[in-house]
Amino acid sequence: MSVEDLRSEAKRDEALAALSGAVPYNQLIGVRFDRLGDELTARLPFQNTLVGNPFLPAIHGGVTGAFLEITAITQLAWDRAWAILERGGDDAEAVLRGQFPPIPKTIDITIDYLRSGRPRDTFARARVQKAGRRVAHVHVEAWQDARDRPIANLRGNFLMPPSVAAATG
Amino acid sequence: MSDDADLRAINVLDGDEAGPGELMSGLPHSREIGMRLHRSVDGRALLSVPYDRRLIGDPETGVLHGGVITALLDTACGSAVMSHPIPLKAVATLDLRIDYMRPASVEQTVFARAECYRLTRSIAFARAVAFHDEPDDPIASAAGAFMIERREDKP
Repeated sequence: MSVEDLRSEAKRDEALAALSGAVPYNQLIGVRFDRLGDELTARLPFQNTLVGNPFLPAIHGGVTGAFLEITAITQLAWDRAWAILERGGDDAEAVLRGQFPPIPKTIDITIDYLRSGRPRDTFARARVQKAGRRVAHVHVEAWQDARDRPIANLRGNFLMPPSVAAATG
Repeated sequence: MSDDADLRAINVLDGDEAGPGELMSGLPHSREIGMRLHRSVDGRALLSVPYDRRLIGDPETGVLHGGVITALLDTACGSAVMSHPIPLKAVATLDLRIDYMRPASVEQTVFARAECYRLTRSIAFARAVAFHDEPDDPIASAAGAFMIERREDKP
């Protein structure tokens, strides 16, 4: 595979879709990711199976929490995959074939619910506050129609598995 | 926790853990992930989610997604709050903190036991633990604050 292939936007989008799509639960609730450079935006298209309270109706708080957690984990996993792609070589080709480093594990999360999730699409972006060798600290914000009116946010610590690079040398 | 409270908490489990409970069909997402309510009474609740391949978070290991545990613990806390002796009209999660102690075991049902330990005029405080067999060997624990609307409150 040529360097041009490794750096191609289409290949990277494919790799990102594979990373997120490999997780059955992501598919169940329908999370997708859009990418501009290394910045990801998670998207949760509304569907009736996401509703917690059918009388309002409002998206289940657990779904919103899960969506924020997925956004954090995927951002961390993608940052690792991105670094491997930038380095090139066999590891980069493996990532483009859909072989990713192990998924980060949640240690703890705190979710604040600011507004009820309405029956419409939800978006989220994660900011990695610290990417330590063993632990990463991440903030995530979710919104619907207005970016400056977040519906929920998450702070979390995640255990980073040993990277491919570290494991292979 | 006092001895008395401890005894009551254990009683919530007695005879119910093995019981099938009821699918929470009134809550679309809870129904979607197969969540069952075994019991909710007097500010305490026992819920579960059976293992289901659609709920996997790590395809390498087959372990359930943390989001499933989050949904279970959130709903368990909400159910405990709603079952408080003081009648409530509505409950909404304000915040929820979850600690993951270990991954859930593959092919095993996850239970959640929750307790509403304090109710003020407009806020309820609840905690919950997720486990397979023993609450003392937890998968995760949660603590949260919930906004409540009392039944006698003016709308």
